Amino acid sequence: MYKLNYSQYFEALKEDKLLGLKCSDCGSYTTPPKVCCENCAGMNLEMVQLSGKGEIKTYTVTRVAPQGLKAPYIVALVELQEGPWLMGNVVNVDPDEATIELIGKEVIVRHKVVTELDYTGGEGVVPAFYVQ
Amino acid sequence: MRKVAIAGVGMTKFGASEKSLVELFTEAALEAINDSGIKPGNVQALFVGNCLGDFSEGQANIGGFLASELGLPPGVPATRFEGACATASVAVRDAFMWVASGFYDVVLVGGVEKILNMGTPMATRTFAMASDSKYEVFSGLTFPGVFAMLAHMYSVKYNIPLPKLKERMARVAVKNHANGAKNPLAQFQKEIDVDTVLNSAMISDPLQLYDCCPFSDGAAAVVLTTEEIAKKVIDKPVYILGTGQGSAGALGRQKDYTVMQSRIASARQAYDMAGLGPEDIDVCELHDCFTIAEIVASECLGFFEFGKGSDALETGETEIGGKIPINPSGGLKAKGHPIGATGAAQVYEIVKQLRGECKDRQVEGAKIGMTDTLGGDAGTIVNLILGI
Repeated sequence: MYKLNYSQYFEALKEDKLLGLKCSDCGSYTTPPKVCCENCAGMNLEMVQLSGKGEIKTYTVTRVAPQGLKAPYIVALVELQEGPWLMGNVVNVDPDEATIELIGKEVIVRHKVVTELDYTGGEGVVPAFYVQ
Repeated sequence: MRKVAIAGVGMTKFGASEKSLVELFTEAALEAINDSGIKPGNVQALFVGNCLGDFSEGQANIGGFLASELGLPPGVPATRFEGACATASVAVRDAFMWVASGFYDVVLVGGVEKILNMGTPMATRTFAMASDSKYEVFSGLTFPGVFAMLAHMYSVKYNIPLPKLKERMARVAVKNHANGAKNPLAQFQKEIDVDTVLNSAMISDPLQLYDCCPFSDGAAAVVLTTEEIAKKVIDKPVYILGTGQGSAGALGRQKDYTVMQSRIASARQAYDMAGLGPEDIDVCELHDCFTIAEIVASECLGFFEFGKGSDALETGETEIGGKIPINPSGGLKAKGHPIGATGAAQVYEIVKQLRGECKDRQVEGAKIGMTDTLGGDAGTIVNLILGI
């Protein structure tokens, strides 16, 4: 049923490969993966590797962290070249230097492995954004 | 469908409480039952919202314990609902449907939460569980973070410089604290000014401490019944005229969430069912978990055009006495936000407003009221329209 599940997506991301799904019906891209197309809910999907390039749409500097993590850090939403928006961490900017000027900056997507949180059902792999 | 009435309401004071989940809910439930004039033995079902009891008190499956505590007969089903911060509103909407359908004549419904004993790091962690666990939580996303990113996006999208937007956001907190100061059940009953907000600690850029609602303990409950029964037992029934509920996936999948599609769809359902529009609403309790959240909600519900919601903080249109009074209770910001109880507490306030029982914070002549409750990062949204 699943052309791409979360563990396959995480394993590829660990090698800095951002995988997604291309819809054969409407042509749009979906990532992180789902069982159906984010745009048209069609299930004729093909697994593809995405460019891993995008633009910051918004961000925050988290200064009060959930149990397990240490603040401050930057969380951002990035619009990928292929269209989907992806949440991750901007890792090559000092959180105390971050300003609203970050919005619109181009990034490339690599990865970060997260093991510090409880109640997660295993480790996580997060997109790490490098501002160019 | 039958017309559904709210026969009684009850609510604890919000804030830190030494009481247990069961004790808190019982206090609100008994007040609602006594207010309704309906005998506890006539309650046919109990619907209870509780989100984080598993973590705060190690209590799952709380329904049966509440039914037992209240002395309800063993044949009364007691069901727990969960929809993050919209938990109790999901329960109220479902209870409405069971009464409207004719299956039950009397349902006791509400919500309860205890948060403060978890402490800030664990509370922040458990709240974050309402975001996408595989694809967004590992980024360290927090709820202040969700709305902080919304504020930045809003500032850029509508070309409102951040300092100007932040001052208008601060005015949301100032307004809601002024209202909360007139609400004896509010967690914070003190007025603040814009500088209080702008000088407070940074939580998640650009949101400061006073842009955020507090962690809270508390409970609220209502008794739903038929129009026929309500007219026999109380003087001023309030009716549920419309309900709506919408859904959405992870924040990234929603893309530009300054316009929340799940909220627009939910509000549309409620307006259509009631045969009303935003211009008919006299008073609204909406989900001001953060100051920017009130502004965005006021646009999605149709009170203001998109991008114009923050203007109202300068014109006073959302104050008591304004065009559309928003959060006369103090809102989540000042009244408090025990997440599993919040939706029922919004219903409590609207019922009290429509009955004309709100004293210093009364919206004069209010006949139609609306609630708006947001669960998670817009994953669950519920709207209710009440009228007399």
